[in-house]
Amino acid sequence: MTSPSVSAEPTRARRPLWGWAFHDGWIVALRDLRKLPRVPEIWFFALIQPVIFVLLFAFVFGGAIPVEGGSYREFLMAGIFAQTIGFNSANTTVGLADDLTKGILDRFRSLPMSSSAVVLGRTTSDIVRGLITLIVLIFTGLAVGWRIHNGLPKAVLAVALLLFFGFALSWIAAWIGLYMPNTEVANTAGLIWLFPLTFLSNSFVPLDTYPAWLQTIAEWNPLSSVVLAMRQLFGNPVGPPVGGFPQTQPFAYSLLACVVILLVFVPLAVRKYRRSSAR
Amino acid sequence: MSTAISARGLVKRYGAVTALDGLDLDVPEGTVLGLLGPNGAGKTTAVRIFATLLTADAGEVRVADIDVRREPNKVRRVIGLTGQYAGVDENLTGRENLEMVGGLYHLERQWVRHRASELLERFALVEAANRPLKTYSGGMRRRLDLAASLVAKPAILFLDEPTTGLDPRSRLDLWAVIEDLVAEGTTVLLTTQYLDEADRLADDIVVIDQGRAIAQGSSDELKDRVGGDRVEVVARSMDQLADIEKALASIARGSAVIDPDQRTVVVPVTGGTGTLLEALRVLDSAGLHLDDIALRRPTLDDVFLSLTGHAAQASQEGS
Ligand SMILES: Nc1ncnc2c1ncn2[C@@H]1O[C@H](COP(=O)(O)OP(=O)(O)OP(=O)(O)O)[C@@H](O)[C@H]1O
Ligand SMILES: [Mg+2]
Repeated sequence: MTSPSVSAEPTRARRPLWGWAFHDGWIVALRDLRKLPRVPEIWFFALIQPVIFVLLFAFVFGGAIPVEGGSYREFLMAGIFAQTIGFNSANTTVGLADDLTKGILDRFRSLPMSSSAVVLGRTTSDIVRGLITLIVLIFTGLAVGWRIHNGLPKAVLAVALLLFFGFALSWIAAWIGLYMPNTEVANTAGLIWLFPLTFLSNSFVPLDTYPAWLQTIAEWNPLSSVVLAMRQLFGNPVGPPVGGFPQTQPFAYSLLACVVILLVFVPLAVRKYRRSSAR
Repeated sequence: MSTAISARGLVKRYGAVTALDGLDLDVPEGTVLGLLGPNGAGKTTAVRIFATLLTADAGEVRVADIDVRREPNKVRRVIGLTGQYAGVDENLTGRENLEMVGGLYHLERQWVRHRASELLERFALVEAANRPLKTYSGGMRRRLDLAASLVAKPAILFLDEPTTGLDPRSRLDLWAVIEDLVAEGTTVLLTTQYLDEADRLADDIVVIDQGRAIAQGSSDELKDRVGGDRVEVVARSMDQLADIEKALASIARGSAVIDPDQRTVVVPVTGGTGTLLEALRVLDSAGLHLDDIALRRPTLDDVFLSLTGHAAQASQEGS
């Protein structure tokens, strides 16, 4: 019944302590990513929805919403990218809620792995999913007339900024997911906060069209500054200039917001994971 | 021989429910302890505390002489766990599951790859190695689950109802695997509701009910507590049951138990096989016809009944 090949004792790999967090996180991320080609339905629906959005907004509202200095379609795309990446983070909420109901988490907890790895793995696999979805959207955008005007390096920087923002949002999503009693609740509760986040912004309409109090909220919404930074990097129309620091220094404000979110929600999520592991 | 697992005064409460109520146990290195108890007795709770998944409200646990509360990660390096619910990923293949676990034990990659092949072979999963677990049968999934807990060759293994849901053939195979592991020196703590499983695998049995150990010993010791041998007679027809009881009264060392549904009369006896001959003689001279007669030792079922006042499997959750 046994083969003679491995009779030796287990050989332990070596690595600095912080290195294990990334090592273990990547193993957990791979677990999630391997599922993607095996469950093609995930892709189908993850991709079809934003593509429909692009087509709807481009053709239905394309003429109805005027934007200074260019076409609405050119204005729209960065907003759709950001919205898609925002909603992409809900994968983490549902995924973690699902894990919590299953025996696999007991297995993870019985292993000498880094305690942040289960959450880090989920948020990491979200970046990969997000990137693939973005590539499809970029080609859809190009097909309906959106263009990159400032060269490839700046466009890559725009995509990188958005993915970093998505990574930060995924930690909020993870923290929420760890409070979910089951996947059904996670499927709805995981999305609720994403609607105001993505719609109370400059994604679909310029900020000056909002009433004053909403405009302030939308202006300070970090998603608005990420979208504005992308529009500038792509060389797309940005709408009339409004407001203070978030809109005059969108790139800096975006980075700052990401760092603050991570500083708050990484510890919160990891602590919650540890707590829920010691029920 | 040193102690691989020891628990002193373990208490765990879930709100108003006391799952563990001062559990003590010791498992010497290289032996198998069977934790036996009805539904809701606290078996899974105990295993989860030993395997670092839960912290006890009170009491001390040492695994491999390490304090579980203080150094859980050190404990995790030397244990393997097969929980009551499958701890595997449905979307990964058998091999990927094993390699993932090996990676998370921080074992060297090449070594893990060899080990995975070895385990797949040992558990007769070579054919299915590269299929996602979704396509596995329940028994295959259980075997892979056990294989996953063996990746790092743990010195101490926790098995929570390892053979529940397996067909008789798979149970026998799994028992053989566990016996091999014990022969290699692994310490095993297993929970089960199957008395024959504890009987066959465990050196020592702890019977728990309502979070407390109510009996401990080898299976023979536990059976001796319930009394000696029994003569069990299966009558040919119902109306002879009373006559059989009367005829056996001369050799009985206690009151007979009559089960009309099974047409059986069971009487406690002393004196081994000689009493069986004696029983046959008195029944024959009374002109009674039998379908079957046997001398048997008490089963763990008898032990369970007499200790807890209810049968092993029929008891109610939380009763
Ligand atoms: N997370 C929980 N919350 C509340 N009560 C719990 C929880 N887990 C277990 N219990 C209770 O603790 C008691 C012991 O449960 P446990 O799962 O340890 O029993 P068990 O012996 O493993 O039973 P079974 O044979 O059914 O697996 C039960 O009364 C159960 O209802
Ligand atoms: Mg149980």
